[in-house]
Amino acid sequence: MKKEIDARGMQCPLPVIETKKALKELTEGTVEVNVDNEIAVQNLIKMATQKQLKNSSEKITEDHYIVRIEVSGHSADNTGSGGGSNEAGTKAPAMDERCYPDSREGGTLVVISADHMGEGDEQLGKTLMKGFIYALNELEKLPGKIIFYNGGARLSVEGSDSLEDLKKLEAQGVEILTCGTCLNFYGIGEKLSVGSVTNMYTIVELMTNAAKIIKP
Amino acid sequence: MAVCAVEGMDVGMGNDILFCKGGGCTAKLGPDVLKHVLDKLPRINNPNLLVGFEGSDDAAVYRIAEDMAIVQTLDFFPPMVEDPYIFGQIAAANALSDIYAMGGDVKTALNIVCFPEKMDLNILGKILTGGNEKVMEAGGILAGGHSITDADVKYGLSVTGTIHPDRIYRNSGVRPGDKLILTKPLGVGIVATADRVKEASREAMDAAIKSMTTLNKYASEIIRNYEAHACTDVTGFGFLGHLHEMLQREHTAVIQGKSVPYIKEAYDYADEFLLTAAGQRNRNFVEAYIEFENIEFALQEILFDPQTSGGLLVSIDPEDADQALEELKALGLPCNIIGEITELQAKEIIIK
Repeated sequence: MKKEIDARGMQCPLPVIETKKALKELTEGTVEVNVDNEIAVQNLIKMATQKQLKNSSEKITEDHYIVRIEVSGHSADNTGSGGGSNEAGTKAPAMDERCYPDSREGGTLVVISADHMGEGDEQLGKTLMKGFIYALNELEKLPGKIIFYNGGARLSVEGSDSLEDLKKLEAQGVEILTCGTCLNFYGIGEKLSVGSVTNMYTIVELMTNAAKIIKP
Repeated sequence: MAVCAVEGMDVGMGNDILFCKGGGCTAKLGPDVLKHVLDKLPRINNPNLLVGFEGSDDAAVYRIAEDMAIVQTLDFFPPMVEDPYIFGQIAAANALSDIYAMGGDVKTALNIVCFPEKMDLNILGKILTGGNEKVMEAGGILAGGHSITDADVKYGLSVTGTIHPDRIYRNSGVRPGDKLILTKPLGVGIVATADRVKEASREAMDAAIKSMTTLNKYASEIIRNYEAHACTDVTGFGFLGHLHEMLQREHTAVIQGKSVPYIKEAYDYADEFLLTAAGQRNRNFVEAYIEFENIEFALQEILFDPQTSGGLLVSIDPEDADQALEELKALGLPCNIIGEITELQAKEIIIK
């Protein structure tokens, strides 16, 4: 089967997007894309190569080029849109943390204002907080961001029991933010070991815009 | 300096050369094209012109007294976001940035406006309001401008600043051992492209807008307290294009891919091939100087991605790097030490 696309006059990234659509619909055959400049040819070839699809290009005139991309039965599974998770035999290097599907629920904000959870025995509170952060990792839908302030700032710095868990969360795309004023107040600014520093404006903005705030 | 030229522009020089045929993928001329043209212009030797064309620096610097020089730059482009007020802010932050990349202070600015005759003037009003706010935030004064009717909207500023002639940050001047600091996340070009085809999340676009509307003033003022040997702002030629200019083929930069700050979603969009023509042009221009050691495709694209109102790229004395970074982090944007300068190796840029 052959599909033809006329992407002349289209601006990047439209030729690539149109081609991706056509590739998705095709289990076997060739997609022939007409474009009007060489950069578009290069971007199409870049995509085809990444998807491990056989490709060729031809210059017809100064402003007419044809790119042919072949889909064979075997590589059809490579034509899906999940560019990040292509497995079998791809030359893509180990993508370590990045292979996780994006399981963040962007609008959820976790606010941690102390290094312990709940009132009562402080030691128990600390154990609970460690457990809480560990359990966050296990959620099916991860929060978009976690903010640490006041005593909470002690959790994102060197020596914190929760560091490993926080790094895991960060590796999955959860943004970790710690209040800079608090770090300075406790004199631990240099020990921040995960995420970045934030300020009150950002904290207010994030809290105001959050779809859901979780405060243990 | 006018590194941001506009499509459809034609410059007569002996033979009339028509640059962009129109319908190009972005509004910026590729670096190789630009170099080709600039190389043909006569060089002017005036001892007071401290920084001109030749080093492909960010702004021109002209000495007017022993202890005072003026810094001049101009930048304008078509909208990359839909909100005219935000576009005004971004265009202004981008134009003002060149003054900060040189280490100067903003004094006055003039509006440059192209606007269709039949379009709603309220839109222009919003663009100019956004721009003016950024000029005021920079501590400068909007002192006038020039507008013409045109088929498409374009906006920017011509900015004049001041600087001490002995304290100019040039593009070149890196020293082996220097650490490289990047003060804003990369990927805003990819995110804006994804947004144009309605594939960007609101959060990604918010992060890009926050980064693009942030003045480099604050980062520049921090850097001045430390020993910086070279500085530029990362714009249309992408991180690698500007790093290449900085190295002058005299030094090598070893970059830690994992340390490079970028807008997270840009990685996913690059994997979806939401790529610009300008990014590919940047790749064509500098790829030969670069060695990627197992760097994934998406990260490569982010490193080539043309930035609008990008951050400062600073080559800083290694003793100062950590402390400067800590101050920069407090500004609230993702930033990091991303690598270091070595003696020239087989490749000019190595990314691990």
